[in-house]
Amino acid sequence: MTETYYDLFRRQGISRRSFLQFCSLTAASLGLSKAGAAEIAKAMETKPRQPVIWLHGLECTCCTEAFIRSSHPLVSDVVLSMLSLDYDDTIMAAAGHQAEEQLEETIKKYKGNYILAVEGNPPLADDGIYCIPGGKPFVEKLRYVAKDAKAVISWGSCASWGCVQAAKPNPTQAVPVHKVVTDKPVIKVPGCPPIPEVMTAVVTYLLTYGIPPLDAQGRPKMFYSQRIHDKCYRRPHFDAGQFVEKFDDEGARMGYCLYKVGCKGPTTYNACSTVRWNEGVSFPIQSGHGCIGCSEENFWDKGSFYEHLPTILPPGWGGIDATADKIGLTAVAVTGAAVVAHAALSAIKQSSSKSSNDKLAAKE
Amino acid sequence: MKIEKHSGRVIEGPHENVYVFEAPVRLWHWITVLMIIPLVVTGFLIGDPPSSIGGEATFTYEFAWIRMIHFSCAMIFTVAFLMRIYWAFAGNRYARSLFLPAIWSIAWWKGLFRQLFYYLFLKKEPDSWVGHNPLAQTGMFVLFLLGTIVLIITGFALYAQQSAWGSGWMVAFGWVHTLFGDAQAIRTLHHLSMYAILVFMVVHIYMAFREDIMGKETVVSTMINGIRAFKTKGH
Ligand code: HEM
Ligand code: SF4
Repeated sequence: MTETYYDLFRRQGISRRSFLQFCSLTAASLGLSKAGAAEIAKAMETKPRQPVIWLHGLECTCCTEAFIRSSHPLVSDVVLSMLSLDYDDTIMAAAGHQAEEQLEETIKKYKGNYILAVEGNPPLADDGIYCIPGGKPFVEKLRYVAKDAKAVISWGSCASWGCVQAAKPNPTQAVPVHKVVTDKPVIKVPGCPPIPEVMTAVVTYLLTYGIPPLDAQGRPKMFYSQRIHDKCYRRPHFDAGQFVEKFDDEGARMGYCLYKVGCKGPTTYNACSTVRWNEGVSFPIQSGHGCIGCSEENFWDKGSFYEHLPTILPPGWGGIDATADKIGLTAVAVTGAAVVAHAALSAIKQSSSKSSNDKLAAKE
Repeated sequence: MKIEKHSGRVIEGPHENVYVFEAPVRLWHWITVLMIIPLVVTGFLIGDPPSSIGGEATFTYEFAWIRMIHFSCAMIFTVAFLMRIYWAFAGNRYARSLFLPAIWSIAWWKGLFRQLFYYLFLKKEPDSWVGHNPLAQTGMFVLFLLGTIVLIITGFALYAQQSAWGSGWMVAFGWVHTLFGDAQAIRTLHHLSMYAILVFMVVHIYMAFREDIMGKETVVSTMINGIRAFKTKGH
């Protein structure tokens, strides 16, 4: 008989009560109704367990660190037991050859049926030698494991967009997962790291219902369809025109909006302002720092975290931080000067041609 | 009066008055002027808001009003522009010149250089033009028309962000976000294209008055009564 999640949880000593609690918590974070909790419970009791292989490429492991700190200890327990059985080289018990053997076995046994979760990304330069897990370039391992996967989850900004290792000039040619795995559905869960509750909810959704509804950029709609700015608790100060000008001014103490000190909330899609972090305790804006836009593509290449408009010219062109304003005002000033000069020249030309005309007229 | 086909240059007199700008074009022109001014002012304020005001957030709504003015003017600006596009099809030949510089025509290119040399003081006598001269057409097309199109598209893409993915606005403008990858790039492009319009305005206003004073035909009054009149009757 094939094993279900419920069988697995019971075997691991999780009570039915805790199991149901988990189902309703997850349903709530997914924005599902009460019936949703029952659906999740039913799916977990009846559907065969779907193995997950979790690979680590070029990364800092912050996604895993976040993940194992999901707010409700139960959530992480449950989800971890869904995952760790198969393969996650960072947190699995086995290591070395033993671990690699387990990977082979999972791939063989669950061909076409396992979920591949990728944390970090593959660097392509010099045949991928800048990331070598288990003696082989990561890009090869990624291609190999992805070949027989059912779907791929791109954990974090590294796997989704490239993040810091793909920032200019990107010496190792790190690329996001969807540039290498092109023939499988890829679910992007960006963020540096993503919010733990979002990660567990995405995994649960995937295991119970299948691929969640995605937006045009491939992110699960339920967590990434609105901006930080749309649900930010400092938003009334934004609308009122009350801004922090410096981090030690009166406005900062009053909790005003951080727009003028570079908050990227208005251009960042993520759930931080609603789900928050560390069991809902806080999130960057709540602790007084603007959003840096870590879940957006290219956020490292957009210049200062403390200015509203990004740097758009390379160093050497108009100083290190030529913003749209500097470029635009220079263009307007140069044009203005040209116009004044042209007007002056025109006036001189006209008056000289007039006076020669007058002279001609006088002669006649 | 004989007019060169694609360039609009008068090649043979006698000069007669021509009705160039029909009412919809003039109306559009002045609505655009009236809307661009508040759009630029509020745009600057959105990019770099005025200093904070104190008090309870409940009782003030300053920045929201600034944005509200920007969005309202943007809507009028856009509707007027759409109407203008319609008129390019419905109106006379001069209604099309903003949208279609005749870059395939040799006469047009010659006209462009004639006018360029004239402005560089390398050619003494100005020509007479009925519509826009090719040089003016180029400036209008590149700075004004492209600038406006980019402003409208990026502006609406930013506006759509207030609604979530999946909403009607995002269905209509989500592709801009997919195209640019991140909304920060769209914001910057929106901000930059404002300067294209500002540069255009500086040149446009100067040229309109200069030609009115020094050129051979009326310019400023043409956008008021629609009639291009020539100062030199006959040839
Ligand atoms: C002549 C035309 C326009 C000019 C000069 C202009 C200028 C600007 C500028 C400078 C900004 C500030 C950008 C920044 O630094 O973040 C801005 C923001 C914005 N503009 Fe425009 N704009 C124009 C037309 C439009 C149009 C047609 C729309 C369409 C609805 C639009 C919608 C917006 C939106 C949504 C924002 C962002 C406001 C926010 O999120 O707080 N604009 N505009
Ligand atoms: S702090 Fe940032 S996200 Fe919050 S209202 Fe201000 S600009 Fe928007």
